[in-house]
Amino acid sequence: MSRIHQRSYGVKAAPYGFLLPAVVLFALFFALPIGYALWLSLHRVEVKGLGLGKGAREEVWAGFSNYAAALTDAELGHGALRVLGYGAIVVPVMLGLALLFALLLDTERVRARSFSRLTIFLPYAIPGVVAALLWGFLYLPDVSPFHYALDAMGLPGPDLLDGGGLFVALANIAVWGGTGFNMIVIYTSLRSIPAEVYEAAKLDGATPLQIALRIKIPMVAPSLVLTFFFSVIATLQVFSEPTTLKPLTNGVSTTWSPLMKVYNDAFLGGNVYAASATAVVLALATFVLSFALLRASDSGSQQGGSR
Amino acid sequence: MSTLTTPARKAAPAAGTTPGTSQGPPRRIALLPTAVLVLGALYCLLPVAWVLVAATKSSTELFSTFTFLPGSGFGENLTDLNAYRDGIYWQWMANSGLYAGLGALLSTVVSAVSGYALAIYRFPGREAIFKVMLAGVLMPPVILAIPQYLLLAKVGLTDTYLSVLLPLVLSPYGVYLGRIYAAAAIPAELVEAGRMDGAGEWRIFLRIAVPMMSPGLVTIFLFQFVAIWNNFLLPFIMLGDDGKFPMTVGLFTLLKQGAGTPALYTLVVTGALLAIVPLIALFLVIQRFWSLDLLSGAVKS
Repeated sequence: MSRIHQRSYGVKAAPYGFLLPAVVLFALFFALPIGYALWLSLHRVEVKGLGLGKGAREEVWAGFSNYAAALTDAELGHGALRVLGYGAIVVPVMLGLALLFALLLDTERVRARSFSRLTIFLPYAIPGVVAALLWGFLYLPDVSPFHYALDAMGLPGPDLLDGGGLFVALANIAVWGGTGFNMIVIYTSLRSIPAEVYEAAKLDGATPLQIALRIKIPMVAPSLVLTFFFSVIATLQVFSEPTTLKPLTNGVSTTWSPLMKVYNDAFLGGNVYAASATAVVLALATFVLSFALLRASDSGSQQGGSR
Repeated sequence: MSTLTTPARKAAPAAGTTPGTSQGPPRRIALLPTAVLVLGALYCLLPVAWVLVAATKSSTELFSTFTFLPGSGFGENLTDLNAYRDGIYWQWMANSGLYAGLGALLSTVVSAVSGYALAIYRFPGREAIFKVMLAGVLMPPVILAIPQYLLLAKVGLTDTYLSVLLPLVLSPYGVYLGRIYAAAAIPAELVEAGRMDGAGEWRIFLRIAVPMMSPGLVTIFLFQFVAIWNNFLLPFIMLGDDGKFPMTVGLFTLLKQGAGTPALYTLVVTGALLAIVPLIALFLVIQRFWSLDLLSGAVKS
């Protein structure tokens, strides 16, 4: 890349020209909104007189009061706990299944390989809203095949749309939608391991299970970290699935996840200042949590690799 | 450097085979692993199989007959869906196609030019620009959506097609993939040779770089297409007029109304089936053109 000798002004200016659209779009749709969100989060509206007419509503400096309100908001705290509980199911189950399927796809003498690979990846093409809608119907006692089977055996069906069942129900939608994509990432990384790596182990009489545990998993650790990182970020931002289930059940409140609360405050409650502060807090929490996890899993995988 | 060459190398083996195991006489099947994989596949097919069956049920059958027992109302459901608010369903479908198609196309162009510039040229600010854009990947959509809405409202663009299209054109992940593909696919010597022949930088990009990057560009296009087709939050926030809704927001509002009018549930189910048919069809047709390996391989490390 660096070998290109740049001679003329045209060549020197070219990369900036090529990057112009991206830089302009970044400034308009990323940098400017982020700056504006920070500005909003530090302001509030002051209503003068009766609050009528032009100039009656004035934006004034609020300091960190919006942040203080967001951090002490009990409903936000509950939402955060709900999402952490939800994530504690989704991330390990989804990545565990993705790793399992990827290892099985990479096993010798396995049949139905391309069928399974394509089918397990298929939910990636289905929007979260539609996925939640389909599963939402399947959770309804009058529709669900599980309820039908349990009924036939004379057992009571679990309520999947309220209480603890709701966590499982929502987690299932995320696992269903995300396993295939993560499986492909891990499988690709498995396929790039040269075959010679296994040969010595095979000569020593290692079983496929031993090869999977001792060689394959440590070697795909970087893609596990990556899928982990993206899964955590996506999980913390869950919005469309609980929003879609809401019409089917009273178990989902309008503030079930922190993101739903932000939406509610901004567009239904009309307080964009408080909502912006909450959004900034959530963004910071996401960064801190994902980097902490990244660091932890990074040192963990290094120890694993150095054995 | 190894990350730059892996996508090309990995694309080589045929899909579904493990190198080194395909030769020799056929041996016995690994039963347990195969069974587990097929179970996983059935789990992934379950809701799709259900919606196929459920769309044939009339509104009374939907909640009264066994889950996987076909009904008798498919034709009627289709007619009802077609008649609902003068066929607004098809408008949603067309809108989704427009947002995803045009959005992905523009996004691919931007990703291609910026990825190419970041991979091929050395210039002051290169790493800074790249890193700042990459940080955009981590930016939660929620922190962007509120101020994007308010800013677009100030210039009178909310509730327009542009308000859903424009914020999605720049995809940090697309730029990242564009850079990886350009670095892997375009030899520096070829760019230099183009310059020797007196071609301008733009011409070199169009005539030499674009053809060499094209498999990667197809992947970026499809990735963006799926991302925009599946998007919910942005159009949900930006749009008020249901004539501009994409499929996701349209189906959601239909489901919400269904809570009060259960007869609408059959429309929701039939609509959901029709909404996933195009993408499944797209998947089956393009799986040979779309290298999943490229999509995921490039992210590794």
